[in-house]
Amino acid sequence: MNVHDILFWFFSIAMLLCGLFVIASRNPVASALFLVLLFVFLAGLFVLLEAFFIAAIQVLVYAGAVMVLFLFVIMLLDIKASERRKFNILGVIGAFSVAGAFIWELDIILSRPVQPLAGGGEELRGGLEQIVKPLFANYMLPFEVTALLLLVAMIGVVLLSKKELK
Amino acid sequence: MTSALTLNHYLIVSGLLFALGIAGLILRRNALVIYMALEMNLNAANLALVAFSKFNKIVDGQILVFFVIAIAAAEVAVGLAIIVALYRRKQTVSVDQLTTMKL
Repeated sequence: MNVHDILFWFFSIAMLLCGLFVIASRNPVASALFLVLLFVFLAGLFVLLEAFFIAAIQVLVYAGAVMVLFLFVIMLLDIKASERRKFNILGVIGAFSVAGAFIWELDIILSRPVQPLAGGGEELRGGLEQIVKPLFANYMLPFEVTALLLLVAMIGVVLLSKKELK
Repeated sequence: MTSALTLNHYLIVSGLLFALGIAGLILRRNALVIYMALEMNLNAANLALVAFSKFNKIVDGQILVFFVIAIAAAEVAVGLAIIVALYRRKQTVSVDQLTTMKL
């Protein structure tokens, strides 16, 4: 067992524990902070997969920008910790059957040998130039549409936060 | 240095993270926490995409993750604006009390 494997197990287990705390803690601020930790550990997994650019924007965009927005809204709304409540028995049965079906599906899929996709090129080095070249050649249109979508989202947010929609 | 890790290891971690996200979506009643569970689902999909990209040596998966992160940022902005607007009107973010559209 080398360093790579040990880091994989550490990051995976820590990430899943953080995920558990996100959905289990009753204070939304604690949930948000555990989600930040989850994103950081996930960025560690991306580094292990040699996707360094994705790991960087994971930390910058998710752990930075998105979670600051989350915490900002939580503080703004002054939400109290949710009280302990009785679980709906039907809801619990539904949740467990969904989870069971999902694990069953995962078992079926993973028990089959995975065919490698055609067209695999040279080893990925995870640097910028390997991502950016296809991004600005084959994926130019989606890239521009994303820019437009961000503009639309921005206008929508400004409109939604106005006091009176007129 | 040979690593014993296969694609399946990453896919199982991704699947477990997705299952946790679904559990949060079903069990929680606070709209903000439901939103965080949704983000966990998106990140599980991202992990699967990056793992496939690495083990098939195709960079397109990572480009797709790049787009997913950009869209998720826009989605979070709009969703939180909707939650703030709802809170301003109803003084709550519990989805149990937001039942105006329920028959």
